[in-house]
Amino acid sequence: MAMTAPGPAAPIAPTEQKVGPVRLQWWKFGRTENSPLTRRHFKKWWRETGWRHLVGAAIVIFSVFPLVYVLSASLNPGGTLISANSLFSNISLGSYVELFNRPQQPYAAWFLNTLVIGLTASAGSVLLGALAAYAFSRMRFTGRRVGLITLVLVQMFPQLLAMVAIFLLMMGISEVFPALGLNSQIGLIMVYLGGALGVNTYLMYGFFNTVPTSIDEAAHIDGAGHARIFFTIILPLVSPILAVVALLSLVATLSEFVIASVLLRDPERQTLAVGLYQFISQETSQNWSVFAAGAVLAAVIPVALFLLLQRYIVSGLTAGSVK
Amino acid sequence: MAEETTTGKPGSRSTSRKLTRRQKQASAFIDATTTGWKMMLFKIIVLGLLCATAVYAALVLFMNDRWLVGSLVLVGAAALTWIYLKRGVLPAKYLAPGLVFLLIFQIFVVLYSGYVAFTNYGTGHNSTKDHAIQAIMLQSQDRVPDSPTYAVAVLEESGDLLASDELYFAIVSNDEEVFIGSEEEPLELTTEAQIEEGRVTAVEGYEVLEFRDLLERQTSITDLSVPMSEDPNDGYLRTQDGQRAYVYTSRYIYDDAADTMTSTETGVVYRDTGEGAFIADDGEQLMPGWQINVGMDNFVRAVTEESIRGPLIYVTLWTFAFAFLSVATTFALGLFLAMVFNDKQMKSRKYYRLVMILPYAFPGFLSALVWAGMMNQEFGFINNVLFGGASIPWLTDPWLAKVSILIVNLWLGFPYMFLVCTGALQSIPEELTEAAQVDGAKAFQAFKSIKLPLLLTALAPLLISSFAFNFNNFNLVYMLTGGGPRDVSAGVSVGSTDILISMVYKVAFVGAQADYGLASAFSILIFIIVGTISVLAFRKTKALEELN
Repeated sequence: MAMTAPGPAAPIAPTEQKVGPVRLQWWKFGRTENSPLTRRHFKKWWRETGWRHLVGAAIVIFSVFPLVYVLSASLNPGGTLISANSLFSNISLGSYVELFNRPQQPYAAWFLNTLVIGLTASAGSVLLGALAAYAFSRMRFTGRRVGLITLVLVQMFPQLLAMVAIFLLMMGISEVFPALGLNSQIGLIMVYLGGALGVNTYLMYGFFNTVPTSIDEAAHIDGAGHARIFFTIILPLVSPILAVVALLSLVATLSEFVIASVLLRDPERQTLAVGLYQFISQETSQNWSVFAAGAVLAAVIPVALFLLLQRYIVSGLTAGSVK
Repeated sequence: MAEETTTGKPGSRSTSRKLTRRQKQASAFIDATTTGWKMMLFKIIVLGLLCATAVYAALVLFMNDRWLVGSLVLVGAAALTWIYLKRGVLPAKYLAPGLVFLLIFQIFVVLYSGYVAFTNYGTGHNSTKDHAIQAIMLQSQDRVPDSPTYAVAVLEESGDLLASDELYFAIVSNDEEVFIGSEEEPLELTTEAQIEEGRVTAVEGYEVLEFRDLLERQTSITDLSVPMSEDPNDGYLRTQDGQRAYVYTSRYIYDDAADTMTSTETGVVYRDTGEGAFIADDGEQLMPGWQINVGMDNFVRAVTEESIRGPLIYVTLWTFAFAFLSVATTFALGLFLAMVFNDKQMKSRKYYRLVMILPYAFPGFLSALVWAGMMNQEFGFINNVLFGGASIPWLTDPWLAKVSILIVNLWLGFPYMFLVCTGALQSIPEELTEAAQVDGAKAFQAFKSIKLPLLLTALAPLLISSFAFNFNNFNLVYMLTGGGPRDVSAGVSVGSTDILISMVYKVAFVGAQADYGLASAFSILIFIIVGTISVLAFRKTKALEELN
């Protein structure tokens, strides 16, 4: 910036030359409908932009109607599957209250378990992934390329493929250390952390590479050690990708069913995914309203996070592909 | 050292080689001095805790006779300590935490699946032969007629640390000798016991349970059978009340030399024929059996047994079709929408985008459950409201259920494709299309031959991983249809929408008969398929070659 030669500022030319047709003002259609000129404009507008809104309306209905349906069902206390069909015929929070008063289905415990497991696992994943991504991005060592390729390949094999072996391993562990084995939430978190490197590192690695190494070097010359460079300089710079990875792994943990259902046995210790699935398979359609209330509450946090962080997510998703 | 900082003025007479050496020294100096004492203290505390935990874990493992695992724990802890105390080895310092978990819970479990696939591990075959013999003898016990009654004391090991919660019986024989034993250890003579009124009141190294403790642990006490001697045929000591114990013997007699089980009631002889169970001549099996290595048996069964082969082929084909169609439909809709909304003239694009993110943000398993409710044939919203009371078997007809799954997956997956396609489209310069149009290409032609190839190249890795994700999209299938409608003719519990991964889950964990061996064999099959596809795909996209 400082390089530009100081000189007389060029006079700002009036750039807004109206070359094409006058910019359309669609809200004026009603008033000037009879003018043949505007009708042509409407046709042109419709051909270029208007039909897009039609597609938009259709896709909005498709996207939203299951969500509207479940919201309406949750506000209909005592409702069964069939009575949920008349949308918003009855509005009351009764089902939300009942949700917390069912000794057979300890919803509050499920909710808390899910939050604790999800937050711990996602914080752990971000930390482990960031450490590894930093090593791959900033250091040159033997086995680095092989390591990177392995990470990309490991990504293709989700942990749930080995669910039988994970179950048997945890069964073996619980014979010796019951606190870490079957039915233990700490054990479940450890299993989730096992997937951390495979899933997250590659995404983070790409982002770490976009931070110029000159920053590290400058800090190094100023006397910062590698740990300080990592924690106080690099991590803040890559915070967008940390947010994305934290969110994605939180949401993935919230929805994870297979391993949680295999490892956690007591209803008090289960997560929302396991608990709500069993709830719906035991009660089928009688308590649809209570289930819907549970579903709405369970979805509040992930949906809110998604909407808040949507800018980061979009950039994170595309960062992986578009270069 | 202070010299270093004052003299080295760049550009003076020193050669460049010397400068580099000096720089190296300087940076080593910086590294050494900036690792503050706080950092060092933190390091020492964490490593100390790690080592203490590892030693404790190893001790417990050694006491349980798990020598290999215990040694591995020690070696691992030593390696970690070395990595963090040694200067240098920076990459290892950063990679180690993640690698530990990766090695145990991702790499090891895969290898372990491979091992289990070659065993008959499952319901009725989940322990060793000794345990199986013991279990068979325990299952069918009768009290020995006219056998003596023993006054029994129930003991547990004293001390908190390292003590197992195993229970022991102590009895006094007719010769005033004390015998002590547990489920694992047969009765043995002991001299370190005190006797009062014919009952053991104290034994060194053990604590005698009080009446209150007896009540508390009633079920584990009544379930306890202590072998009279090493020979299971001698019978077991059992108690109902923690006060009096009797000798029970099994209805089966185990012949160690001939390796056979003989029923005392029918006289039938059951032999170990190498199939992991005692089998009579007429084919009747004594359960439980034990875990043995069956070689390729599980794979052979999957290929030759008609009742497994049929469903396996069917499920594999559907898994491919499902994954491919899912990617194709979501990508098509996502790309279409991305093109529709990639018009800068259009107002309120961001509101559309906000709404379209909602299906992606809503947790997937809940979406599947809600859709399952809406698609219910009798009471669901779709049949009752949208189709005015029709009775369309969305989830119960084999073919329609497949269509329903694809519809729901389209709903779940199009926002992701929309987002990535929008990103990719915006990164392609508009001039390319304009240039083509100036050259006389129609809009669609320009898109097809310019934008689409660029888009596909950019998105290929994402499409591959989307395929891999859907290949194992367990949640959707299991929550929406449960794999059903069920195929009743199949020998394993599968339905017409089951994919391979949900089939593995059902074989291993659903129903009374778990077959971990067969399930692991199926997982190995999935590993091979996914591995082959990803290697082929990555070779084609050359994504791996760009890694540097």
